[in-house]
Amino acid sequence: MTIEVNGKSLDTDEEGYLADLSQWEPDVATVMAEIDECELSDNHWEVINFLREYYEEYQIAPAVRVLTKAIGKKLGKDKGSSKYLYELYPYGPAKQACKYAGLPKPTGCV
Amino acid sequence: MAKAPEFDVPEAGDYIFTPPVLPGAMSHSQPFVAKEAHQEAVGYPGELIDNWQEVAIEKLGEMTKKYRGLQVYLDSCVKCGACTDKCHYFLGTGDPKNMPVARQDLLRKVYRRYYTLAGKYLPKLVGAEDLTEEVLDDWYKYYHQCSQCRRCSVYCPYGIDTAEVSMAAREIMATVGKGQKYCNEIIGKVHKIGNNLGLPEKALANTLEGLEEDVLEDDGVAVKFPLDVKGADVLLVTPSADFFAEPHIDGLIGYAKVFHQAGLSWTVSSHASEAANFGLFIGSYENMQKVALRIREAALELGVKRIVFGECGHAWRVGYSFLNTLAGPFDFLDSNYPVPQHIIEVTHDLLSQGRIKLDPEANDDKRVTFHDSCNVARASRMGSKAGGQFVLPREVIKAACNNFFDMRADTIGEATFCCGGGGGLLTDDLIELRTKGAMPRMQALKEVNEQHQITHMAAICAICKSQFSKVLPYYGFEMDQIISVHQLVGDALVMDTEH
Repeated sequence: MTIEVNGKSLDTDEEGYLADLSQWEPDVATVMAEIDECELSDNHWEVINFLREYYEEYQIAPAVRVLTKAIGKKLGKDKGSSKYLYELYPYGPAKQACKYAGLPKPTGCV
Repeated sequence: MAKAPEFDVPEAGDYIFTPPVLPGAMSHSQPFVAKEAHQEAVGYPGELIDNWQEVAIEKLGEMTKKYRGLQVYLDSCVKCGACTDKCHYFLGTGDPKNMPVARQDLLRKVYRRYYTLAGKYLPKLVGAEDLTEEVLDDWYKYYHQCSQCRRCSVYCPYGIDTAEVSMAAREIMATVGKGQKYCNEIIGKVHKIGNNLGLPEKALANTLEGLEEDVLEDDGVAVKFPLDVKGADVLLVTPSADFFAEPHIDGLIGYAKVFHQAGLSWTVSSHASEAANFGLFIGSYENMQKVALRIREAALELGVKRIVFGECGHAWRVGYSFLNTLAGPFDFLDSNYPVPQHIIEVTHDLLSQGRIKLDPEANDDKRVTFHDSCNVARASRMGSKAGGQFVLPREVIKAACNNFFDMRADTIGEATFCCGGGGGLLTDDLIELRTKGAMPRMQALKEVNEQHQITHMAAICAICKSQFSKVLPYYGFEMDQIISVHQLVGDALVMDTEH
């Protein structure tokens, strides 16, 4: 599978995750969201940006709890819950948001 | 917004009825095939090999000699049909190839063709068939529609262990180059990094530190989450989902609080940061052993006296039933404790000895039922008495919670229904199967909910917890109605702030 981003054709795996993570740019997220019929708000971007920062340092997506805590700090305590993250990313913050952010899919019993 | 599911969700009615037979209803369902890198990391060829038929048939023959049970299971089915309506995937899909007898016959007919006298000479008379590409495709589809839960085996008059047949078929497929992506990618990560998630040591340390801060903030108690502490008494081996996902992580907090309050010194290992052992699911003894050996290596390296398993269903099967033969002897551990021990046993013992106290009123906002996980229920035990795996978790829950109600008797205990995502099927590419397979459990939950207004279902398996988080909403429940047993324990534990 491929997606078209700014005139470039980028390979993805069967589930739509970027094959080469270094090809990520912000418009990758926008294009992936369009495919899912989802429009990215500033709050969506807070999640994506945090995921990318965390991944940069730890080479893995953060635990759901780490993510909710960070988002709670940035957007207010009422938004620091996995319920809110599921409102933003109905397919699951760990999976859908990771995909948009150009992170590998979390594997295992999650 | 999310797209609506592209399949019909079965209705969880007033009772479980045997569905009309719908041939081919799930013939489109199959998981992604493992890529070259995933296959090679676990010792299998990267893609379907040219002489796959020959190799598959030879492998089947080898396996029936090596695992004599497998040959008995392939030889002894009399097609009585007792298993047909016992499988959650058949009940949820109506596909006749999901009747356990029919699913296992996909392998059995090939075994009969090449390894029995009648099948060699009179194949048509005895239902023997050549191994063709079509048969291989059927294997790939339908052996990934069995969660190896062994409910059908409970009702089989011959005691045929159908999970063994599914495991054997999966190993044959991986051997000829057609493995499953989800399982094989994960096993490769355990070999390389130490856990299913691929969670590196630095991230694990960061997550555990974060939990220490959270518990201190929430409870005012400095509960530690130690990592790689040499000389600790207890090595906790727990599914990596406990470090990552919800509601799992609240269970991990519960274990830590129990250890803290009981004054036990414990540690997690970054080398064996995974209890799950997907080698079981793909039927690979070699992979299962390689994963299990990490636990031994960590126990020796850290010099611990006990090994305790966290809440993980199939890990407890591997731990309780196979660990000693896979990675033993464990004569270097304290012989006063079982090797390994389940966290439920630890908590239960501490409660019996009065070393920890629970205040069940802390959970008075909850009305709880318990989902028996299949590998705990049908493939292991807890405590010293038969059936302890059913009694101990319930006693722990009742000590932590005043409002406990069981689901209907033929859906719990050894008759428990699989969550729908076990046995290496907890992957998004099988979401339709997972949702449909959850129907029998959802039916029983709905029933107990109507009678007792249940707010939460507790479980002791990482797969069950993730699966229910995902499928509960399809049946009108909330995703956070599934919780860890040790979340209830952690919330009810009377903490000594002086400790």
